[in-house]
Amino acid sequence: MLIKRPSDIAPSEITPRGVYLRRRELLAGAVSLGLAAAVGLRADDADAAPLPGARSPLSTTDETLTPLRDVTTYNNFYEFGTDKGDPAKNAHTLTTRPWKVKVDGLVAKPGEYDADDLIKSAQLEERIYRMRCVEGWSMVIPWVGFPLSEVLKRVEPQGSAKYVAFETLVRPSEMPAQRGFFQPLPWPYVEGLRLDEAMHPLTILAVGLYGETLPNQNGAPIRLVVPWKYGFKSIKSIVRMSLVENEPPITWKSQNAREYGFYSNVNPAVDHPRWSQATERRIGEGSGLFVRRRPTLPFNGYGEQVASLYAGMDLRANY
Amino acid sequence: MPVCRPAGRRNSRLGRLLLGADSIRRSIYVLGMMPAVWTFWLGLTDQLGADPQNTLERTLGLWALRFLVAGLAITPLRRLGGPNLVRWRRAIGLMAFYYACMHLSVYLLLDKGLDVSEIWADIVRRPYITVGMLAFTVLVPLAITSNGPMIRRLGARAWQRLHRLVYVAAAAAALHFVMLVKVWWGEPLVYAGLIAALLLLRVGFRLRRRLRGRTTGTTGQDPSPRPARETATESRGV
Repeated sequence: MLIKRPSDIAPSEITPRGVYLRRRELLAGAVSLGLAAAVGLRADDADAAPLPGARSPLSTTDETLTPLRDVTTYNNFYEFGTDKGDPAKNAHTLTTRPWKVKVDGLVAKPGEYDADDLIKSAQLEERIYRMRCVEGWSMVIPWVGFPLSEVLKRVEPQGSAKYVAFETLVRPSEMPAQRGFFQPLPWPYVEGLRLDEAMHPLTILAVGLYGETLPNQNGAPIRLVVPWKYGFKSIKSIVRMSLVENEPPITWKSQNAREYGFYSNVNPAVDHPRWSQATERRIGEGSGLFVRRRPTLPFNGYGEQVASLYAGMDLRANY
Repeated sequence: MPVCRPAGRRNSRLGRLLLGADSIRRSIYVLGMMPAVWTFWLGLTDQLGADPQNTLERTLGLWALRFLVAGLAITPLRRLGGPNLVRWRRAIGLMAFYYACMHLSVYLLLDKGLDVSEIWADIVRRPYITVGMLAFTVLVPLAITSNGPMIRRLGARAWQRLHRLVYVAAAAAALHFVMLVKVWWGEPLVYAGLIAALLLLRVGFRLRRRLRGRTTGTTGQDPSPRPARETATESRGV
């Protein structure tokens, strides 16, 4: 597969050169030396351990990173509550070690993998990606992770495998919204990708961000990141991946098929029935209240790399 | 509605200053504005979290809804034997309207940057915005007529009939909130339940009145004793 660098971004979106250069130096230095904790970037999270990743040519380098504080306090992770502040408040109770990821279904070598073994055996990379939520806001996050394809190749998918289904942990004792009478969603949270999407080099399993292990509220210890799709596709705290023949029944689509499709590629031309997808608000940008919305890019700006996956498909019908 | 009346003649001057209807009414306006002032302040000093615009917008909308609930609760409260707070209902209703104005302004100015085509597209294509706009539009004539001269001009009966539109506004506001969120869960349902209960209570009162009217042969007037100092306008309507 041909891997191209991301296209140039409009000059208006680029940070002044001086600031930009200094930012890169600071960030690269802090990340590669594991200094992020030492300079107090993560003073709020005692569990974070340094987890540097090598720079990747697939990173989106021409955008300003969303501040760590926003990345770790503004989350949709309904297992911990529906308010975006809930995960940061409640997720500290989650036990992330030991953690097993079951890989099964149409594979030659099914098995259970320990999260630490997966992390140790992988070549960790820093992947800076835009993240666009279906609710109309976005961030730029420096993930640490490795391509999902590495795991999939290891288990040897059979010829009949067409999709990968993912499941999040169900553990009511540690996930408050999985207890009680009113629960926002049926559990487990299920997501899925077509096999070619799952094998795409941009698709990663993230195990860290900002050069440290993943905070619980961001999907520790291991989560999916698919940067050209709406954020809910990037399932958190994965315990199972199954190679299957038919499209998996993903959670949001089964809740409301008119509003959420299986593909859910970021597409400014296809509105969500309840809100426009033409623009987005970049979290942490501007000064507080006065943030101008910015146009949303097709495939979240990753069209050059991924549009070919959908050649000949009607993206309005397959939203 | 003549609400600016001292609570009682025997009150001392100081007592009147502290506890009189006037000062309570004034404190509703002053204290009622505090959440808005505080939230704007947090927003301007970057203390509203990761998405300050959205937080501000939602907080203002939520307070509009709270004042609507408070305003709707006054009649049932009195009917069910609680205190009669009707003289402060206008202040509460106007607070709901002011918060609705601020909520709408944040959406129009900060969120949409007054982009008319985008706003229009939102109104016609997004049901939750259509419903929210309906709620606001309905509140406008109520706010305009919330003063003595307008009541006199319209006459108490017409004024009352007009102000029953607040039922539509409250139902639409609750629906607006429920439609906004992605799952049937939590706060929106609490407010929808409260407003539904307050509206259903009124249906209950009306049915009871009609039943009693039939058995006693009266004309459907409310048979419950009414404090003499209330005017018809204060005791009926919303």
